[in-house]
Amino acid sequence: MDRFRMIFQYFQSNSESVMNGICGLLALASVKMYTCFDFSCPCLPWYNMAYGLGIMFVPPIALFLCGLILSRQSLVMLEEWRRPQGCRKKDLAVIRYMCSSIMQRAMIAPVIWIIVTLLDGKCLICAFSSSVDPEKFVGFANASLVQVQQLLAKVPCKDDELMRNNTSRKAVSRYLRCWSQALGWSILLILIVAAFLACWLRPCFNQATLLQARHWSNYIDIEQKIFEETCCEHSRLFAHKCILHFFESMRQEMKLHSFSLPREGEGAEGEENLLRDITDKDQVNKLLKMWYYEKPPLNVSQATQRHPLGRDQCTQYKFSQHTGV
Amino acid sequence: MDKFRMIFQFLQSNQESFMNGICGIMALASAQMYSAFDFNCPCLPHYNLAYGLGILLVPPFILFLLGFVLNNNVSVLAEEWRRPQGQRGKDPAVLRYMFCSMAQRAMIAPAVWVSVTLLDGKCITCAFCTSVPVETLGNTSHPGLSQGEMKRVLARIPCKEIYNGQELIANEVAVRYLRCISQALGWCFVLLMTTLAFLVRSLRPCFTQAAFLKSRYWSHYIDIERKLFDEMCAEHARSFAKVCIQQFFEGMSTDLASARCHPPRKAPADVGEAAEKLLGITDQGTMNTALKSWHRCKPPLHLHPPALPSGNGWAGEEQPPAHPPVPRREMAAYYSRV
Repeated sequence: MDRFRMIFQYFQSNSESVMNGICGLLALASVKMYTCFDFSCPCLPWYNMAYGLGIMFVPPIALFLCGLILSRQSLVMLEEWRRPQGCRKKDLAVIRYMCSSIMQRAMIAPVIWIIVTLLDGKCLICAFSSSVDPEKFVGFANASLVQVQQLLAKVPCKDDELMRNNTSRKAVSRYLRCWSQALGWSILLILIVAAFLACWLRPCFNQATLLQARHWSNYIDIEQKIFEETCCEHSRLFAHKCILHFFESMRQEMKLHSFSLPREGEGAEGEENLLRDITDKDQVNKLLKMWYYEKPPLNVSQATQRHPLGRDQCTQYKFSQHTGV
Repeated sequence: MDKFRMIFQFLQSNQESFMNGICGIMALASAQMYSAFDFNCPCLPHYNLAYGLGILLVPPFILFLLGFVLNNNVSVLAEEWRRPQGQRGKDPAVLRYMFCSMAQRAMIAPAVWVSVTLLDGKCITCAFCTSVPVETLGNTSHPGLSQGEMKRVLARIPCKEIYNGQELIANEVAVRYLRCISQALGWCFVLLMTTLAFLVRSLRPCFTQAAFLKSRYWSHYIDIERKLFDEMCAEHARSFAKVCIQQFFEGMSTDLASARCHPPRKAPADVGEAAEKLLGITDQGTMNTALKSWHRCKPPLHLHPPALPSGNGWAGEEQPPAHPPVPRREMAAYYSRV
């Protein structure tokens, strides 16, 4: 349990690490989704390009939006951006910092999908098999234009009857996969170099502003969390007081209508306190009925005063408010 | 107990993460259910469409309803909606907030089912195999079949073992085509859902943040108030039961002692705690009578006032002549004769 509490406190204290965790999970989910996904190229002239490019670009957009949705910080940033100024000035540098950090983290899963797709090669083979130059490949050089289009479109489908033992199909396939993997590795290299440069060159520019922006963005996040927790705590205390007040009012009302015996002098100890003078089946039923039919007003400022629950309770409350009691 | 209390506090303080956890579990359960489900296309002209669309649309509906059932806030919402106004006004914004947040969470598992179904492709292949464009994909020069005959042949596309229309249209070509359409629909659906979710989540701070904070606070309040009321009622019931049973045993032992004409024995001064707990019942016969009496004639739900020594006269004599006190002693005497 201690471990659990420590982990929980760690996550709560550092929202950046929570964000990193979510981002890592999304990246793993994206790889898993790709491997589970059953890629089946339609092998038809125009459909190939649409399908291949669709599979390469539509899931990344969905993953990017997922990354934005799942991150709590994006909501905090939006609230900070849209709030009225009030007594606290808005710092655009903080908002920019938050925005850029959210975008960077949300971009990781889509980029991983695109790179995995390119390194695997199936998408590009499917999309661009009709666009290769048929002159380069022996098997397709002598066919008419339309036939060539049809044949090239069938290249991604290994098991198609026309393509089963076609060596030119393998040649086209290898050619496209080579391009695809080269593209994939290049993109990966460029991104890593860019990240490396960004990490190393950032301290040279505006380090002080960066530290401030990071501090205040963390602060805004923590302030939001603590506000929510305090509201929860407050609503719990409010509810407690409201219910106690309700029980007291019921007790007063029952005393007023002589439904219960006036207590002997020494009474009110131990169990009796908990029973609050409600010691009868009818009294309990009446209490539960009152709770449903007439919930008490949301006002616990007169909790220390004993007002009998009656039809004119509202006016009584109003009256005591006016007289400042 | 400490462990449970801490877990309870964690869950209570972070109710959103608890509900998110349940959503995640339902989403995984729905994906697992689909993979465990044994899809069997009937391969007959009209049954295909009904079966395919049924598998695509009926389980999500069930999962949606299940999402509402498993959400324990549904009863809170229903109660708040139906209660009489009484002294506390009703805020429709709070009701709307509660309903929207429950509906959003209940939508996740059905959306996962529909996406997984479309991305897998079997349902659409089964449902729409009779609508494959034979002119573009197949051999239109095939000896003309009647419409019905062609539909019957095409309906067998999902069932490779009995497919006999290879000259009309190759099975793999048709399956690839249908699966490509299905996967495109699936990804479009996923994109649409994530865009909608993104818009709903990001437009809210731009427009209605103050109203949202209010609704959220009061909906949490209603939930917590209900839980606390239940807890206090449970506490009260516990005390009630304890006093009721104590009074029952006291009544039993006094009545039995007076029935045997023995004065109630005064406990010696140095009696231990264990002897006190015996509540005056110290032999087998008395215990058996007590148990029989408890079964046959449970005491009324009406607690006597405390601090009256046993056998010291009727409680009724000293009270103002209100109706409850007088019959009580008689009731106590009545059941001891059973």
